[in-house]
Amino acid sequence: MTEPLLRVRDLKTYFVTERGGGTARAVDGVSFDVYPGETLGIVGESGCGKTVTSLSILRLIPEPPGHILSGSLIEFEGRNLLTLRPPELRAIRGNEVAMIFQEPMTSLNPVFTVGDQIAEAAIVHQRLPRKQARARAIEMLRLVGIPDPEERVDHYPHQLSGGMSQRVMIAMALVCHPKLLIADEPTTALDVTIQAQILELLDRLQAELGMAVLLITHDLGIVAGTSDRVVVMYAGQVVETAATPELFAHPLHPYTEGLMAAVPRIDTRVSQVRGRLHTIPGQVPAASGWPAGCRFHPRCPYAWDRCTAEEPPLLDAGRGEPGSHAVRCWLLTEPRRRTPQA
Amino acid sequence: MNVRAWLALLGAVAVALAAVGEARRLAARGSRGRRFFRHGTASGGLFVLAFFTTVAAAAPLVAPYPPSSMPEIVALQNAPPSLAHPLGTDVYSRDVWSRLVYGARVSLGIGALAMLVAVTLGAAAGAVAGYARRWVDPVLMRLVDVGLSMPRIFVLLMVVALWERLPVSALVLVIGLTGWFGTSRLVRAEVLSLREREFVAAARALGARPARIILRHVLPNVAAPLIVSAALGIGSVMLLEASLSFLGIGVPSPVPSWGNMIADGKDHLATAPWTSLFPGLAIAIVVMALNAVGDALRDALDPGQETA
Repeated sequence: MTEPLLRVRDLKTYFVTERGGGTARAVDGVSFDVYPGETLGIVGESGCGKTVTSLSILRLIPEPPGHILSGSLIEFEGRNLLTLRPPELRAIRGNEVAMIFQEPMTSLNPVFTVGDQIAEAAIVHQRLPRKQARARAIEMLRLVGIPDPEERVDHYPHQLSGGMSQRVMIAMALVCHPKLLIADEPTTALDVTIQAQILELLDRLQAELGMAVLLITHDLGIVAGTSDRVVVMYAGQVVETAATPELFAHPLHPYTEGLMAAVPRIDTRVSQVRGRLHTIPGQVPAASGWPAGCRFHPRCPYAWDRCTAEEPPLLDAGRGEPGSHAVRCWLLTEPRRRTPQA
Repeated sequence: MNVRAWLALLGAVAVALAAVGEARRLAARGSRGRRFFRHGTASGGLFVLAFFTTVAAAAPLVAPYPPSSMPEIVALQNAPPSLAHPLGTDVYSRDVWSRLVYGARVSLGIGALAMLVAVTLGAAAGAVAGYARRWVDPVLMRLVDVGLSMPRIFVLLMVVALWERLPVSALVLVIGLTGWFGTSRLVRAEVLSLREREFVAAARALGARPARIILRHVLPNVAAPLIVSAALGIGSVMLLEASLSFLGIGVPSPVPSWGNMIADGKDHLATAPWTSLFPGLAIAIVVMALNAVGDALRDALDPGQETA
């Protein structure tokens, strides 16, 4: 297998909380790889640490209160991003690793034109002269499918719709042809039809530019349609990781199971599933106090005494290639218990 | 007062009216401009400022006499307003109108330049404090607290006492250096909220250096409150300059400023009130105009009222 483009090992990003000097362990020992050209999806509920993970990669966590613990490793093409000095880090940001954010409307600076902002990365990293930078901005606008790019380049963010703003954000991120694009909930703020267009656009650009995409989302539907592999996060940890088809066919972690059951499906009649959509009871606990043992046990339908006492490691599911499907659950050692006691 | 001076005065009024008209025409295009002129006093304030700026710029044309010429030190002493001297003459027989015109240069110039110094320093300090935080912010802000807790006029008195005769440029600098504290607080507050905005995170993710982020992404977004505070601040700087000159430690005497003109006339208030009255009126009118324009700007530039 080829070398991974991005290797994250045992990433721990903690935040010091204001009162009482407590610590919120937002990301607590996360490991995954992103290979060149692939799309890796990270899914999980709000508060499970997926956004903090994405921000940690480019070291965009506000410090203080946040800090990445030593012992964590974020390696991009063999360089540990956590030990780079600021100028070296800036040379990677926006150039080799780019990022797009959740809220396109607020991620654009209201006082500059679209063209200025798209050209910015090219000016910062390639020292492009103004005129060429403008030409590049127009070219990027065309690439992301904005009509009349020559005219739009001089527009201000408030003149754009949400979908167009997100296209502009993508153009900004891709102007230097990065090898890795981190997309943090790129379509959450958009309505469904625009969502589909943006995802198609990302798909097309990924194929054209040959970049890897780290797609962060809470929407399993998006992951199913776009990702090659999936990492499921819960409470600051990876709870399950597998290739997309494998994960959807054989979800092993009760949390993944719950997530899948909570997605309305077009091919099952609502009346057949007792008329109600499944929900996972409870909510993600606060990051300052993860439950002892398995962090999912308070919400797990299968939990038994071992789950409250001992924290399970990531166990190989023994399906496909070794390590290709891993699950953080004691059920793997006692599969007979996979029948709810209720 | 000769024909040339009267014509020049009329010309200045015409220029000021034309400037206000043009401003209104341009303003009608945008929502901000319309909000600016919705203020009843905005046009008047703008007219006053345009008028005095024109007069100051064209002082040699508008003023009938050189500002410091003393034609008849005995016969024309404290002469009441007449056709030849529309605002009368002062104790040295100098024409009050001519001195008022040249004094506009000094008073408006000091006001604008000192404010420029103060706004630049305040914006720089506020932006650095708000963006850097860590130890920089508390250090700078405690410095600002110290600055704000010192009575400014005594600081200025002390400086003057140390240097004796202060050139006007130094006066501008000293007023500017003691006037940035409030501005820096304002800017810091804005920057603290701006730095958490997503477009700043996006700029960091693009690999922009902190200096670039502050200058290109943060400060332009502070422009509106900064302009408003500068417009309102010029008035208070002019009042300060007037107080200093009145106390005899501001603009040195032969050079006319509105403040030292009031001082020159203070001993003859009973017999020749015009020598102090007119510069006093000029100060009051200009400061009122600045406040009117500042208020209108505040309403016009308030992004909270921006309609998409």
